[in-house]
Amino acid sequence: MRTGTLKQVLLITDGCSNQGEHPAHVATMLAEQGITVNVIGILEDTQSEQPEGLMEVEEIASSGQGVSQIVYQQALSQTVQTVTKQAMTQTLQGVVNKELKQILGNSQSIEELPPDQRGEVMEVVDELGETCDLEVLVLVDTSASMTNKLPTVQEALIDLSISMNARIGRNRFSIYQFPGKRKPIHLLVDWTEQLSSISSVFSKIATGGVTPTGPALKEAMYQFGKKTLKRRLWRNDDPSIEEAGN
Amino acid sequence: MMTQASKKLEIKFRRGQIIQGKWHKKSYQIIRELGSGAVGTVYLCVSDGRKVALKVSSQMSSISSEVNVLKSFQSVQGKRLGPSLIDVDDFVSKDGHAYPFYVMEYVEGVSLHEFIQRNGKEWLFSLLVGLTRDLEELHQKGYVFGDLKMENLLVTRNPIRLRWVDVGGTTLQGRAIKEYTEFYDRAYWECGDRKAEPRYDLFALAMVVLRIFYPSGFEKTSSPARLLHQKANTAIKNDALRKLVLYLIQGKMSTASEVRTYLLDAYQKSHDSGGVAHTGQVSRQRQNSQQGEIYPITEASIIFFSSGLFFVWLFLL
Repeated sequence: MRTGTLKQVLLITDGCSNQGEHPAHVATMLAEQGITVNVIGILEDTQSEQPEGLMEVEEIASSGQGVSQIVYQQALSQTVQTVTKQAMTQTLQGVVNKELKQILGNSQSIEELPPDQRGEVMEVVDELGETCDLEVLVLVDTSASMTNKLPTVQEALIDLSISMNARIGRNRFSIYQFPGKRKPIHLLVDWTEQLSSISSVFSKIATGGVTPTGPALKEAMYQFGKKTLKRRLWRNDDPSIEEAGN
Repeated sequence: MMTQASKKLEIKFRRGQIIQGKWHKKSYQIIRELGSGAVGTVYLCVSDGRKVALKVSSQMSSISSEVNVLKSFQSVQGKRLGPSLIDVDDFVSKDGHAYPFYVMEYVEGVSLHEFIQRNGKEWLFSLLVGLTRDLEELHQKGYVFGDLKMENLLVTRNPIRLRWVDVGGTTLQGRAIKEYTEFYDRAYWECGDRKAEPRYDLFALAMVVLRIFYPSGFEKTSSPARLLHQKANTAIKNDALRKLVLYLIQGKMSTASEVRTYLLDAYQKSHDSGGVAHTGQVSRQRQNSQQGEIYPITEASIIFFSSGLFFVWLFLL
């Protein structure tokens, strides 16, 4: 079974969007095109419970067929990679489920198989997760309140690339900040396999006021599209996961 | 359509609650929680008058792959590598979500910290010798344990053995480590990658030893590898053990059996040189102090003896 490339947007934020289109709506549109949207909400160390600003975190992720988690800064590294891996497994499980339905008839999914038979199917999902190619577009909220969290974010992203590069499949990452100066998002790191070289990226960012999460996601969608288009011009692309994922 | 569309929360069981499986209909009564991690919670339960451990999670994928690992451990004849697998099933909650769980043998024991505190650090040799044998076997089967850490290790009695209790991180060699904990992860300390190979486990093993000397751990600095060396050098007085930890951190030993041989050798040598594998420097100090006591005595006796001769000489005059 060939899976092509898994595509994910990873949104890292600490607050509520306050400008432009509703992010959950954009996330739905991304998911429809086979791009999963994962969201990580960062809590202030002083916050003991989930503030209202982070309510939309789960909403965006579920609309984007992805995974969400709300964490304190210290847990960011581990969270970034579990969320990414979990979302991969989910997507691949979706793909395998679809195949299963074709083989076993309409109502069968992995969950409905007896536990004894699940093992082998999950082995296939595991194998796919290890070997498939992955593209992650990281969107980092750089509004004022995020300033003190950016070093942690940077560390977490380097760590993510270490984890993902231990896989057999290939990885590509790009990082955008939002808001940009004039545009919704601003490119920080263009598509690359290793994030180890990003150590100085975040120090240059001027952090600013508004949080246009919706428009930022939409721009991310456009960037993914542009890239695919560019590649199709160069060579015939494999049919990718986007058709199978839904 | 994705089946996970509506978010399933992690499930918590109450003390005394009876869990019945959807498929095999076996019942388990919850006694207490044993621990919870990134991918689920383990409970101590009673079933048919027997104590068992039950792990439940909202993530079908992790439960399934752990079950796969446990099954492959059972397939060898003779000694088992992990807790034995008893049952695999689903628990259906009131809102209709199915939570996969598996039931395994309950491993009773004390934490490594507690054991060492009570019985002394010299036990490390025999405990590690046993553990490295299990590790070697696991590696031979093509796996890497992955999440080797204090919390995943227990010292059992009769026989006294260091055993692992959670196989959640166990990964096929050559793949990306499934689960890890920062303090024990070589990539976190910038001493290597997260690819599953025997040396990954051996690094974690070194960190387990180091953790015994630093029970609450320590913070990473800008040069992590150097920090580890420094910590090992300051805390571990036993020469053999300190060297071992340094070798493992540097990835200088590539198999668990190499570690095992090293430990057996070191123990043998410590016996030959007259002491139990205690702490090398302490015993050296003791020797020094004994020598220190010996010297004054000899000096005193020489003085006494010579002054005696002097008086005898005076008397003879």
